[in-house]
Amino acid sequence: MNTLWIATIGASVLCYLLKLSGFLIPNSLLSNPVLVRINELIPVVLLSSLVSIQSLASKTEIVVDHRLGGVLAAFIALRLRASFPIMMIAAAITSAFIYRSGI
Amino acid sequence: MGQNSRVSFDRRAVLRDSLSVSLPVGTYGAAFGAASVAAGFSVIQTCALSLLLFSGASQFAVVGVMAAGGSALSAIATGGLLGIRNGLYALRMAPILRFTGIKKFSAAQITIDESIGVALSQETRGESAMRFGFLSTGIGVFIFWNFFTLVGAVSASSIGNPSMWGLDAAVPAAFLGLLWPRLDSMKKKYAALASAILALGLTPFLPAGLPIIATVVIALFFGWRSR
Repeated sequence: MNTLWIATIGASVLCYLLKLSGFLIPNSLLSNPVLVRINELIPVVLLSSLVSIQSLASKTEIVVDHRLGGVLAAFIALRLRASFPIMMIAAAITSAFIYRSGI
Repeated sequence: MGQNSRVSFDRRAVLRDSLSVSLPVGTYGAAFGAASVAAGFSVIQTCALSLLLFSGASQFAVVGVMAAGGSALSAIATGGLLGIRNGLYALRMAPILRFTGIKKFSAAQITIDESIGVALSQETRGESAMRFGFLSTGIGVFIFWNFFTLVGAVSASSIGNPSMWGLDAAVPAAFLGLLWPRLDSMKKKYAALASAILALGLTPFLPAGLPIIATVVIALFFGWRSR
């Protein structure tokens, strides 16, 4: 079994158990405001760090390339209130253009 | 049709709400399928993620961490951290859904942002409408998401070098799109900025994948303080 299968199955099992746990345990956890606030912030910090790593990192190096151009286009599209598909297309076209023109 | 005396809500109105969410969200599955194949996952692995993991942000995280050269463990941990909120949704909805037995185990799989969002928006129509909205949205997203994942994965696998088509920028763009609606307070904006900088700052010093997980300390820091 290769590492991609391990990641696929492992993450699937873990995420399913997390979903199921909510149906199986009593809901007293929700009364703790600190836990609620931290839980709201976890997607924010993880998604934001994923944006920066995926735009600028290659393994353990910082690399500025076509990907950053694509993400900046996505940022502008979102600022202009574009929908999700339009934003994705703007990112892909910009990145592909920079890559192909070899800048 | 619709004359069942026990069910007093307008099923059509709830269905309309759930379809208006599940169809557009489902089409984003094509973006996931393409990004996953561009990250090196096979079409079958990509479809397995949509069928078995079935939570957009966690799925993008798993392929994103692997594409960045992270270990399987980092990918599983990041996907899992993003999956915690689904457990908290279930916690909140369980008393309303009141599912038992096998239904509980199937409902768990479709406990995602969209099914919970539509269920909560049906509050004024009553608990049976909330239950119906949860199921119809969850099942709807499941069907559309998996169909479009296959479409995206198959198209991406037939076009060669993903960079030529901008697919390597699609993953961070998707993360940005998922992050955007969550930035509804200054605190969250600061937390987002701090974690983007921290992750980049740690990149040269830690194995790939770990800088992402390390930013959880920022969630702890900002979450601990009440303002």
